[in-house]
Amino acid sequence: MTFNIYDLTSFNQWVDKTLYDSLPAFWAMIIEMTLIGVAFLLFYALIGLFLVYAERKVCAFIQNRVGPNRVGPYGIFQTIADFIKLLMKELIPINKADKFLFNLAPFIVIIASFMAIAAIPFGLGLHAIDFNIGVFYVMAVSSLGVIGVLLAGWSSNNKYSLIGAMRSGAQIVSYELSVGLSMVTIVILAGSMQLSTIVEAQRDGWFIFTGHVPALIAFLIFIIASTAETNRGPFDLAEAESELTAGYHTEYSGIKFAFFFLAEYMNMFIVASIAATLFWGGWMPLHIGGWAGFNTVMDYIPPFFWYMGKTMVVIFIMMWFKWTFPRLRIDQLLKLEWKYLLPINLFNIILMALIVLLGWHF
Amino acid sequence: MEDLFIISDAIQEEEYIINMGPQHPSTHGVLRFKVSLKGETVLGVEPHCGYIHRGIEKMCERLTYQQVIHLTDRLDYLSAHINNEAVCLLVENALQIEVPERVKYIRTILSELSRLASHQLWWCAFGMDLGALTTYFYGLRDREPILDIFEETTGARLLQSFNCPGGLMNDIHPNFIKRVKDYIVYFRKKLPEYDELLTGNVILQERTNDIGFLTLEDAISYGVTGPSGRASGFACDVRKHHPYSAYDKVEFKEILFDKGDTFHRYKARVEEMWESLKIIEQLIDNIPEGDFVVKMKPIIRLPEGEYYQRVEACRGEFGVYVLSTGDKYPYRVKFRSPNFSNLSAINLLSAGHKIADLVAISGSLDLVIPDIDR
Repeated sequence: MTFNIYDLTSFNQWVDKTLYDSLPAFWAMIIEMTLIGVAFLLFYALIGLFLVYAERKVCAFIQNRVGPNRVGPYGIFQTIADFIKLLMKELIPINKADKFLFNLAPFIVIIASFMAIAAIPFGLGLHAIDFNIGVFYVMAVSSLGVIGVLLAGWSSNNKYSLIGAMRSGAQIVSYELSVGLSMVTIVILAGSMQLSTIVEAQRDGWFIFTGHVPALIAFLIFIIASTAETNRGPFDLAEAESELTAGYHTEYSGIKFAFFFLAEYMNMFIVASIAATLFWGGWMPLHIGGWAGFNTVMDYIPPFFWYMGKTMVVIFIMMWFKWTFPRLRIDQLLKLEWKYLLPINLFNIILMALIVLLGWHF
Repeated sequence: MEDLFIISDAIQEEEYIINMGPQHPSTHGVLRFKVSLKGETVLGVEPHCGYIHRGIEKMCERLTYQQVIHLTDRLDYLSAHINNEAVCLLVENALQIEVPERVKYIRTILSELSRLASHQLWWCAFGMDLGALTTYFYGLRDREPILDIFEETTGARLLQSFNCPGGLMNDIHPNFIKRVKDYIVYFRKKLPEYDELLTGNVILQERTNDIGFLTLEDAISYGVTGPSGRASGFACDVRKHHPYSAYDKVEFKEILFDKGDTFHRYKARVEEMWESLKIIEQLIDNIPEGDFVVKMKPIIRLPEGEYYQRVEACRGEFGVYVLSTGDKYPYRVKFRSPNFSNLSAINLLSAGHKIADLVAISGSLDLVIPDIDR
């Protein structure tokens, strides 16, 4: 077996083969599933911790502040300390709350984001499930989270929570359309819904470059709509701090609040990685036609780092406008979607279809 | 079947009440809005105040005039210096004492610095009300040097108590003039950043334009003064129309708009910061030499009668009414607080708008709660 950081397929196949050779098929499958599950849990926790820290540092940078700098060098252990605090906090029981739904809601939110992460290609051979309907699956699963938000608002017995949840429902139902349609634009260009095929199709040039104007428009719409879908500023109406105190998670404390908090960051990571996969070539290195030397150098950077780098850039953009823009009002939010983004998007799909039919793309 | 329809109608028509406050991020203190909502739309707002009532007016009846100063600080803590000035002017006018020119100049400069600091803090908080959290740190960054100047000269950053009947507690610090001049140069560069970050933002324009109209008639009948009133075209600037201290010696524009919506209340305050800078610039180089205080008797007794003095505080017209029986204590003190009158218009402004607009409107009125409750 060879461990090649640029292509993990052979390593995976070796692990697979060794397990199946030495154990009964059933146990081998159980062990494989456990291994992948543990790997994802670890990755999930690490990314969550890192993103919280990154957001605090980025927002401090934008706001003329230093950010966390006490716990560990440059405050890198701050989020771990915060997490321990959240674990130890009391779970406050709410009077007349619907106990079952109240406890269920954070799990739905976190499971939805956990499921979506399975279909994302992190690198060549670093891909848990390669569906032939990958794009469709990610869309379907990532929108499940809103059920958790609605349940949280409904079961909390708090008017602020209820308003927040209703806002969140209206918002996600509307923006899901734009996210979906901008992804469809790229599916038309790639001719496939399989995420690995979409990445492979961008070997010679990322879709944002090869797809002409429609791909660019689709990218902009995707960034706007996915920010709205993840309930982040300037679309954070569901938790609108200055209006609804904390919106749908006003009544949650301790680890249940941490679940909502973590899910928000993971959703951001998921939409950023989809943006990177669909528009910026996923784990593909940057290649410029004719620059052989440059391309070789780029190839030396392992795919996983390409993937993470691109995702982090998208996340930084999303953080950037969260910390710069004021929040929209609910009617303006819906107006933006139904009167501007959706018509532009529909027109954009026709444009993309024409370009693909006429073969105008690179 | 018919019954079912009636029930569903009843549900549709039902309004529900939400309590914003006394602990709520957007009321900036312990003010309580009892908001009746229909969906997201505000049907009516009922402000409930009194959560931070300290009985300051009653307390003043057992304090000498020098001691009253320390309580007026605690009304509108962001225009502490200006409130003090009102009491001092009242006493000086009642006793017909002419304070030295130097005192007038320094009082005016400190008042305008207070106004700048107050408007900066308002700007931060207004951005935060609309969800732009970064404005908070930009505003505080520029407010900090002003507080440092205050600290150096008056010994306190927020509640200065620097005025006393007859003049000032102390002379200005030797660094004062240089630091103020440096600050003007600094802030003239930084103030355009406020426009870049927030004013020109399309979301802010959408959120504030054509929201919460206050007509000129309503502004006058509700007594909405200060920048909030002037945004509706109510020429109510006491500095301009009834000049006190050194305001008759400076050129400045009274910022007037006639539209009276939330955006123009915002705009009026940002423009006022420019005017404050201008006023300070004209005075800072010409502070005359002289005494900083007129020697007064240790116990001041106002002649029998009623006195009223008004000044332009950061949020509007601040008035002090004193009924004196010739004793060393005032017989009755009444403060006309600008915030109380401004708050009274909130129902008129926000009825029919969304709940998010209520936050923007109450932010644009720039309420300071201790001044409302007194």
